[in-house]
Amino acid sequence: MSLLELDGVKVHFPIKKGVFVDRTVGHVYAVDGVSLKVEAGETYGLVGESGCGKTTLGRSVLRLVDITEGSVVLDGTDLAKLPGEEMRRFRRRLQMVFQDPLGSLNPRQNIESILSEGMVAHGIGKDQEERREKIKSILDKVGLPSNALARYPHEFSGGQRQRIGIARALVLEPDVIICDEPVSALDVSVQAQVINLLDDLQEELGLTYVVIAHDLAVVRHISDTIGVMYLGSLVEEAPSDALYAEPKHPYTKALMSAVPVPDPEVEDKRERILLTGDLPSPANPPSGCRFHTRCPWAQASRCATERPELREIGGGHRVACHFAEEIASGALELTRPTGIEAVTAGEDVVVEPTVAEAEVPSVLLPADSTTKPDAAAVKEKMPTAADAPGDRTADAAAKDSDAAAPEESGKGSGGTV
Amino acid sequence: MSVATKTDKIQRLAELAATKETSTGASLWREAFRRLKRSKMAIIGAVVIALFVVLAIVGPYIAPYSPTAQTWRNEVFPNRGEFVNMRAENWFGLDHLGRDMFSRMLVGARQTLLVGVVATLIGLVIGFVIGGLAGAFATLGGDTGRRIDSVIMRFIDIMLAMPSLLLAVSIAAVMGQSLTTVMIAVGVVQIPVFARLLRGSMLAQGSAEYVLAARSLGVRKRRIVLSQIIPNSLSPVIVQATLSLATAIIEAAALSYLGLGNPDPAIPEWGVMLTQAQRFFDNAPMMAVYPAVGIIITALGFTLLGEAMREALDPKLRG
Repeated sequence: MSLLELDGVKVHFPIKKGVFVDRTVGHVYAVDGVSLKVEAGETYGLVGESGCGKTTLGRSVLRLVDITEGSVVLDGTDLAKLPGEEMRRFRRRLQMVFQDPLGSLNPRQNIESILSEGMVAHGIGKDQEERREKIKSILDKVGLPSNALARYPHEFSGGQRQRIGIARALVLEPDVIICDEPVSALDVSVQAQVINLLDDLQEELGLTYVVIAHDLAVVRHISDTIGVMYLGSLVEEAPSDALYAEPKHPYTKALMSAVPVPDPEVEDKRERILLTGDLPSPANPPSGCRFHTRCPWAQASRCATERPELREIGGGHRVACHFAEEIASGALELTRPTGIEAVTAGEDVVVEPTVAEAEVPSVLLPADSTTKPDAAAVKEKMPTAADAPGDRTADAAAKDSDAAAPEESGKGSGGTV
Repeated sequence: MSVATKTDKIQRLAELAATKETSTGASLWREAFRRLKRSKMAIIGAVVIALFVVLAIVGPYIAPYSPTAQTWRNEVFPNRGEFVNMRAENWFGLDHLGRDMFSRMLVGARQTLLVGVVATLIGLVIGFVIGGLAGAFATLGGDTGRRIDSVIMRFIDIMLAMPSLLLAVSIAAVMGQSLTTVMIAVGVVQIPVFARLLRGSMLAQGSAEYVLAARSLGVRKRRIVLSQIIPNSLSPVIVQATLSLATAIIEAAALSYLGLGNPDPAIPEWGVMLTQAQRFFDNAPMMAVYPAVGIIITALGFTLLGEAMREALDPKLRG
């Protein structure tokens, strides 16, 4: 049995209106049926563009947002059903590292107080003296000096603050740490340090991570298994290498192809899939397959009517696409322009958006794109890091980051690796 | 590199970085105080307030004459418009009953300060409790909490909808004429101001990521409110309290002026003195000028300090 199992997790936020009495006029389907398993000691990476619900999913695991439906089972206990006080005590086993290193630290508490907070809440350590010893050993682990104790968050650098955030999670000795965009607010050079710190800590303490990120390089480097989210649900899940080697879902293909290759010759010639249209509103998701409004391979037969289940297609690869096999074998024709041909010339790509416009119901598009079709012309929508290597190994990526690291360590805000 | 050597290296670098700064941290309160000390406005305000407080404490002891004794009764004839202005014996002249104005000013400072402080405290404490509860329910109480918050805030809205002076006058009318009435009336008017301010500030802090972090740590809700949200919501309330001291003194003077203050002439108070002086303004304008100037300078002191504090505590200027 897996350490952490999510089954059909849904998080729907009601949209309320009304002057005196709130009336629910609809829901935002932030997370809409996600099932996944995280094994002990592994790192599960969750990627997707902004607004796809990955952060909400991460928060729902800790019940920081209410779960509408489904179960989150940690080590045999269903967290979704735990009453308040028991859930509070259970949080000790599930911790979170936040995106904004400064915003997630109380500016009026010093580091000792911030790091003691969790231990006090769970009755760890009989007095402050004992807790301080424990904090010092954790600070040591994350690479901060023990004289940091009396200082305040605003006196640290970004990388150091994130180390404090990690220390805060570690103090409670959790089984699972959810890292919500742990490095996206940091400089690239510091990103590598923090990622490597997370790696080392996992090795040393046997931690299990769920890493939420939009940076494909970061996720690839750290994850064993990767899940790709689109509009509130998983579209593909596979072991890290398999996913990068051969993405099966059209959305994943587009996501991967948006990562530029540092070699200009390869960059000019490689295939790119440019998605048309905008991300539909999660308050009014498309019928059938959530991706059919933008999918270059969308078929008239099933895509708009039948929602694809996440299904196993071999090699630990799970895909939520009716035609994954056909697309992989090349049996399926493109039904929308992807910009592949245009890129080879190295010119600016302008693909007529007519097909997309015709198939996307106007309600799903923002007002300006229905009135001005030009605005909906091909846009590169994938939120990926510009520095992500397209076809190199994770090790090569790590070396790159290392090369940039000494600059930061010269400033003395932490170590390098 | 092994984990141990990595950690070693990290530690060395971190310590290097730390030596540049002091090892004892500077909290935001301390930083704000440091900025406050550099502000001229704050220094002037603080000096004025300090003088006023000293006056309020020692005033009755250093007053040259009794503030109530009508020693020079036979030198003042209000009916004929004959008054005594500044002279060697009586620095601020005499009032209409032949009492020494200087002594009355010195002794009256205590009452004026008392009214300002007590009224502000009433508003602050009650407003803080109401606003704090509303803010706590709204941020961490879920749906039920938001409903409770909404009920509390409608009640506060009703209080705010009344013109403050009218509310104060009606309270004074119900409770009768006394200094206590003035304090309560002025204080009650301040309650909704403090309540709304604290609640608004708490709502803003409630959605901060560190509150989410505290929840994910499993910190109890009560502790999140007390140790995370409220300390971060205090700045605007502190500023408002300082500024309120100025308005409270002025409003108390206004109520006294309307004749709702202390009717006992034995206890001089600047607002009451101003009221009495009004009748003789044509012939003895100085009788009104002394208490008026006293009130203005004091209010100015609190306002200056309050504004300086606003600047010192404003997170946007933090850098």
